[in-house]
Amino acid sequence: MPMDEVAIDHHDAHDHKPGFFTRWLFSTNHKDIGTLYLIFALIAGIIGYTLSGLIRWELAEPGVSVLTQFVAGEGDVAIQNAKHFYNTVITYHGLIMIFFMVMPALIGGFGNWFVPLMIGAPDMAFPRMNNISLWLTVAAFVLACISMVVPGGPGNGFGGGWVLYPPLSSTTGHAGPAMDVLILSLHTAGIASILGAINFIVTILNMRAPGMTLHKMPLFAWGVLITAVLLLLSLPVLAAALTMLLTDRNFGSQFFVPGGGGDPIMFQHLFWFFGHPEVYIMILPAFGIISHIVSTFSKKPIFGYLGMAYAMVSIGVIGFVVWAHHMYTVGMDVDLKAYFVAATMVIAVPTGIKIFSWIATMWGGSIEFKVPMLWAIGFIFLFTVGGVTGVVLANAGIDHALHDTYYVVAHFHYVLSLGAVFGLFAGWYYWFEKMFGIKYNGFIGGLHFWLMFIGSNVLFFPQHFLGLQGMPRRYIDYADGFATWHMWSSIGYAITLVATTVFFIGLVEAMIRRRKGAANPWGEGATTLEWTLPSPPPFHQFNELPHVTNKGGH
Amino acid sequence: MRHLIAAMCAAIMAGPALAFEPTDGALGFQPAATRIAERIHTFHDFVLVIIVLITLLVLGLLLWIIVRHNRKANPVPKKFSHNTLIEVIWTVVPALILVAIASQSFPNLYYQDVVPNLQQITDKSEKLLADGKDSQHERFTKDYFPEAAEKGFVNVKAQGNQWNWTYTYPDLVDDSGYPLEFVSNPVHVGVSTDGANYADATGRSDYASKPRNLAVDYPMVVPQNRYIRYYTAAADVIHSWTVPAFGVKTDAVPGRLNEGWFLVEQPGIYYGQCSELCGVNHAYMPIEVRVVSQEQFDAWAEQMLAGDYEAAYASVDVFASNEQATQFAAQQ
Repeated sequence: MPMDEVAIDHHDAHDHKPGFFTRWLFSTNHKDIGTLYLIFALIAGIIGYTLSGLIRWELAEPGVSVLTQFVAGEGDVAIQNAKHFYNTVITYHGLIMIFFMVMPALIGGFGNWFVPLMIGAPDMAFPRMNNISLWLTVAAFVLACISMVVPGGPGNGFGGGWVLYPPLSSTTGHAGPAMDVLILSLHTAGIASILGAINFIVTILNMRAPGMTLHKMPLFAWGVLITAVLLLLSLPVLAAALTMLLTDRNFGSQFFVPGGGGDPIMFQHLFWFFGHPEVYIMILPAFGIISHIVSTFSKKPIFGYLGMAYAMVSIGVIGFVVWAHHMYTVGMDVDLKAYFVAATMVIAVPTGIKIFSWIATMWGGSIEFKVPMLWAIGFIFLFTVGGVTGVVLANAGIDHALHDTYYVVAHFHYVLSLGAVFGLFAGWYYWFEKMFGIKYNGFIGGLHFWLMFIGSNVLFFPQHFLGLQGMPRRYIDYADGFATWHMWSSIGYAITLVATTVFFIGLVEAMIRRRKGAANPWGEGATTLEWTLPSPPPFHQFNELPHVTNKGGH
Repeated sequence: MRHLIAAMCAAIMAGPALAFEPTDGALGFQPAATRIAERIHTFHDFVLVIIVLITLLVLGLLLWIIVRHNRKANPVPKKFSHNTLIEVIWTVVPALILVAIASQSFPNLYYQDVVPNLQQITDKSEKLLADGKDSQHERFTKDYFPEAAEKGFVNVKAQGNQWNWTYTYPDLVDDSGYPLEFVSNPVHVGVSTDGANYADATGRSDYASKPRNLAVDYPMVVPQNRYIRYYTAAADVIHSWTVPAFGVKTDAVPGRLNEGWFLVEQPGIYYGQCSELCGVNHAYMPIEVRVVSQEQFDAWAEQMLAGDYEAAYASVDVFASNEQATQFAAQQ
């Protein structure tokens, strides 16, 4: 990392921790809030992952035979109910994984924990606002769960997909209160994220240790900074679209009602103006994490640091002008499509810079294949696979064939379920000892990686074939010609289920054994500020600010 | 592509039946039935080669690093963190690759997305012939079908409803001036009474031969070797009209009239499925298009206008059983 020599003073012997309720419910400490975010993301992740299990279980074989046991009625009545239930399952799987698993874990969890530590700050700029963000996120999640079980219209919950397109999400498609509760939930989550984004931006811009210029700042902090800016600019647009939808539903406005002069496509434009940056919001912090891990375990400085930072900046900027590539089939003008094709493909350039720079960082290194490094290398390869199918889909000419098929499902799960989630696990294993002060079992961690790597590839790779053959998304049942690859996909899920069990076994094992963690278990390669602190760090760190001196580096 | 066409020809000679539906265990696209789809497949194969090479390059580099730059093989790490030349290379080369992709992408996009001007096609074809540019004319014909252009468009409107399609043929009008319009209902909705309902509604006994979740009671019918201009609209929520073998997909949006085109040379049964989440029975509103000869189409239209739906259906049901279609698919 940028700094070669760091002067630290942290013999803060009086580490006053508040009582249990004050500490964990009224928490203003960035590390405690980070831990709470991680616990929250784990719980939400279990629920989101269970929902995906229902999807794969149902789709393992043709016909509707599995979800019928979770709904009311017998025989054909149950099948009819299961159809709506399936739609709600895919909807809440997407929403929970995005808003309540990946974002809280990467930004709320790791961001809160390590942005202040990495930039040498004692805490976040607005500790109480930080607490508000956390509990609003929890409240939003509770609302989302409530929305799942209240009447939606065709049945309980909202079954219109995470993209919430009207008129399916207006009273035409879902007359019941489930959608209103869901709007409330997303508004709440949005407010939480906007407050969190403000907090990160202010912290990073104002509270870096003396000597740490922006161009010496660790790349994870860069990733979170850009993410926060994207959140700040995109979430208000989602909020606007949601509010219009809410008034359409309840107060007779006609924003998205063609009969009243409105346009359902306008919602899609607004949604994807948020939704596309959202994709980068989920992956940019992971980019930062991967950079640190690759550098640490190669025992080499990051290759092309500035290029890496500005590649993320350009991904963030271009990410705002490509949104309608999600809408090639809605009936846009062909010239408009051509623009979005060109703009979208441009993103491949900075993404390529990142992939090659990670490889160059490892090149000539003395690589140790510890658990976080396994996840990081897995991330680089799988993100490449997901990235190149993105180039395929960017071409509107091909996307007309592949839009809303399983090819798209495979693509975005490669970049998110195998990209963002691998980045998440990489960070988890990288910082576990630092956060909790105990060591995990390396063998269990490695087993978790290999099972997950194999399982998720068996799960998602065949979905490319399904998509090319024309298998549409969001189908509870499919034509018989899709059966084989669906079965393989479900087998892949079963392997990831074993992997996830291994993950929790590793967690429990570490909690039981309580092997004492070292301040810096990774050795000379780990150069960022958090490794200069004990594991776990003191309740308050950097009471005397560290000085980042400018010796060598790049 | 060539062997694919050969396989198609072989299948045609074996019998009149051709059904385009998903093939179990297949790795790629369904066989192309239109020039649009052919061009998509060619372009996709081109991009596929590029992305496979890139992925293999990244994989190869990673494996090389894993073998050669690990702690045992290389105990002392190097300390470099810059190399301007290589950074320029890995910025410029991908950009050039993207330019190469775009050079194929845009012609492909404009070809399929712009409904052709038939008069221009006829004029250009005549001009090429008059100028004696035969090879150019041949290439032009492959993309633009001047013979079909002379006959004008066949217009069809597909309206998405929860959960079936209404097809309207604005040019086929009955004596009172009303256009031909009928509802195309799914045969399967996933329940145990599907077979009985289908038999009751249509009086037919061919339920067993209907491919599950793909078949409809009254299919959309279009003539072969004709320019088809289709419109999509929706009555309630957004749907999406698509036939994978044609390479077309157009959303049906309330308040909008979207359009697209295709031209199929090969008679057959072509299946598609609604491709925009539209509620409870989203998986159960398939699209079935029967491409028939002009004579058959005219006879079908006449019977439909006369209100004899079953006779009309029978007239376009000359295709043999699904079995042959499966054999065809197996040859792909």
